[in-house]
Amino acid sequence: MTDATSASAPASQPPRIGSILHESDRTKRRNAAERRFRLYGVIAISIGMLFLAALLFAIVRNGIPAFTQTYMTVQIELPADVLDENGNRDPEDLRKVSTFGYNPLIAAALERTVSEAGIETEITDGSDLRDMLSSAAGAQLRDTVLADPDVIGTTQEFRLLASSRVDGYMKGRVDRESLARDPNLSPEHLDVVDGLVDAGAINRSFNWPFITGSDASESRPEQAGMGVAILGSFFMMLVVLVLSLPIGVAASIYLEEFAPQNKFTDFIEVNISNLAAVPSIVFGILGLAVFIQFAHLPQSAPLVGGLTLTLMTLPTIVISTRASLKAVPPSIRDAALGVGASKMQSVFHHVLPLAMPGILTGTIIGLAQALGETAPLLLIGMVGYIATNYPDGVASGFLDPNSAMPAQIFEWAKRADPAYYERAWGGIIILLVFLLTMNLIAILLRRRFERRW
Amino acid sequence: MTSVKLTASALAITAVCATAAAARDNVQIAGSSTVLPYASIVAEAFGENFDFPTPVVESGGSSAGLKRFCEGVGENTIDIANSSRPIRESDLELCTENGVDDIIEVRIGYDGIVFASQLNGPEFTAFEASDIFNALGAKVLVDGEIVDNPHTQWADFNADLPAADILAFIPGTKHGTREVFEEKVLLQGCEDTGAMQAMIDGGMSEDDAEDACLDVRGNGVTVDIDGDYTETLARVDSNPNGIGVFGLAFYENNTDSLKVATIGGVEPKTETIASGEYPVSRPLFFFIKKAHIGVIPGLKEYAEFFVSDEIAGPNGPLSNYGLVSDPELAQTQEAVANEETLGEGM
Repeated sequence: MTDATSASAPASQPPRIGSILHESDRTKRRNAAERRFRLYGVIAISIGMLFLAALLFAIVRNGIPAFTQTYMTVQIELPADVLDENGNRDPEDLRKVSTFGYNPLIAAALERTVSEAGIETEITDGSDLRDMLSSAAGAQLRDTVLADPDVIGTTQEFRLLASSRVDGYMKGRVDRESLARDPNLSPEHLDVVDGLVDAGAINRSFNWPFITGSDASESRPEQAGMGVAILGSFFMMLVVLVLSLPIGVAASIYLEEFAPQNKFTDFIEVNISNLAAVPSIVFGILGLAVFIQFAHLPQSAPLVGGLTLTLMTLPTIVISTRASLKAVPPSIRDAALGVGASKMQSVFHHVLPLAMPGILTGTIIGLAQALGETAPLLLIGMVGYIATNYPDGVASGFLDPNSAMPAQIFEWAKRADPAYYERAWGGIIILLVFLLTMNLIAILLRRRFERRW
Repeated sequence: MTSVKLTASALAITAVCATAAAARDNVQIAGSSTVLPYASIVAEAFGENFDFPTPVVESGGSSAGLKRFCEGVGENTIDIANSSRPIRESDLELCTENGVDDIIEVRIGYDGIVFASQLNGPEFTAFEASDIFNALGAKVLVDGEIVDNPHTQWADFNADLPAADILAFIPGTKHGTREVFEEKVLLQGCEDTGAMQAMIDGGMSEDDAEDACLDVRGNGVTVDIDGDYTETLARVDSNPNGIGVFGLAFYENNTDSLKVATIGGVEPKTETIASGEYPVSRPLFFFIKKAHIGVIPGLKEYAEFFVSDEIAGPNGPLSNYGLVSDPELAQTQEAVANEETLGEGM
């Protein structure tokens, strides 16, 4: 009991080991080690945050321009002698004028617009001026004429897509220096563009067609949109949800509540855990072999994509469902069985409802994972110039060739025109919005319904 | 609850599968990623101008496309294979085995292959085939001897070229472009430098000498790119000394970051390629399954539309994009109209 005496010792004496008032060397080292460890933690988190910030910054900076698009407003004369030689407005005859047949009209209108705006330029030829507009312009005119033959013989105002180079100039991606070596547009065109901007004929507006439109060919990135690919993803997710939720939940309930514990069920459990770690491209090859080559389902169809992604999502759902079933305390089951419920009644009336929030969260996370998956889709033919036709109905939504959001982004990133690169980043923003929404729903469900014991 | 859902989903799937047997109404195309841009331009215009739905064009490479093409006849197989090389004997064997007998070959035009480097990099603006061979060949001729390639800089063998380290990004072996690169550049260079003659004189058979000519150094000096041109562009962007092999159309869309080299003093352009002055080019094709004409709506119309003057002609959208239009287009149009298959009339 020397401590008791030391406490009453004079303060001038050196502090002894074990005093709570004075740190010993060992305590100092321990405290320093703890401070260092906390610092490491802070450093690790800041590095993570830094990467996240850099990633978000890059995505937003590169992708935001895709959400605006440059248009040119032009008054175009639609002469009857060019569009309807027979003069009888017969739709059959009108169809014979192809989209290329409208180019001279656009060229003439451009010449007039430029001279009316008082712009002096060396480019006097209308077909050269035509390079400022997207090649989609002809189709827009033709569709207008076919939809309403009465416009023939009048002059109509059209809001036409500017070409990707003009659009790039408005967004600061293209300048005179880079155009000097570009065969698609010349720096002189940009002087005309400047003049037309001053005259109010060229302006930029929000790009709805980017969100709702279909894919476009390599020569007109200005027209490309994600809409059809979003529908493709939607139909795929529908297949995944309808198949993987019931199968996954049924499998986990059986394994967790009913199955006997023996070597065989252990083997199944190990396999499910392993399947969750299988690279997704393997499921793609499996999908190609089983669904397309063996079952003869159509190529590039969202149905096949959904079936393949179901295989990928099932393990995730089974694992999370089993975890949430396990989290329901045994006392609930015991109480149900104690008042005379059958095993099945105890599961469906008591255990399953309590596990539901966890199951739903797991399902949504699994779906979000499937939504962002590209690799298996490469193998079943969903990458290319595919997402071009809107599905006519539910059946065609499942069976007609379509792409999916991540596959469309991958395809755009591959294409030659730099304007597609911008669209790929814009597509990533759309995909991220979907993923964040799904994760948010999962969090809300968990917050609202989760019960703790 | 679960059993109800299960039955419902099972029913849904059977219903969907039943409709799967319904007729396909759009043309399905797969194959070469070099032809893909052209095919997509045509498909888009086709969808706009005709009442048929827009055809679907997948990529994947010439060989993969032809393999799928030859899988058989029927709605579950593709109608058209795009290819950046002619059809081979081995492809035809596979086709015959699976009952794909009548194949229509359509040559759509020519594609130029260019060497390009970073805009602000060393002055790689003029090459001869022999320069490329001396830089990249595994064995080259130095002072009359065939030796393992000793050159580390371009200036080592040609004082006109910059003193920059040799680094080339060439298409991987699965690309159709690789074949053209080997045949029109490496082999040509091998003959020009006299290395081939020296190899034959050294006791090699002609075939072995040819194979030896096509060997590239590897070892970090030549890098095979198995992806597409975007990957080559990214590599060239990060290596000032790097030279990349590109298609003409890709280069023309990226003139803001690349500069092109002449071969034998000729600048690659659609005009010089069409006239044959620029040596490194190859024909592009697509192949149609004749059995599908009349079964798949719009198939023949698509093929005729593709080769029409409006589209594939010298001022059409394809040539604006970088395709060198075929001087014998009229013959091709006729062949498509008559549905001439391989083996007859060719």
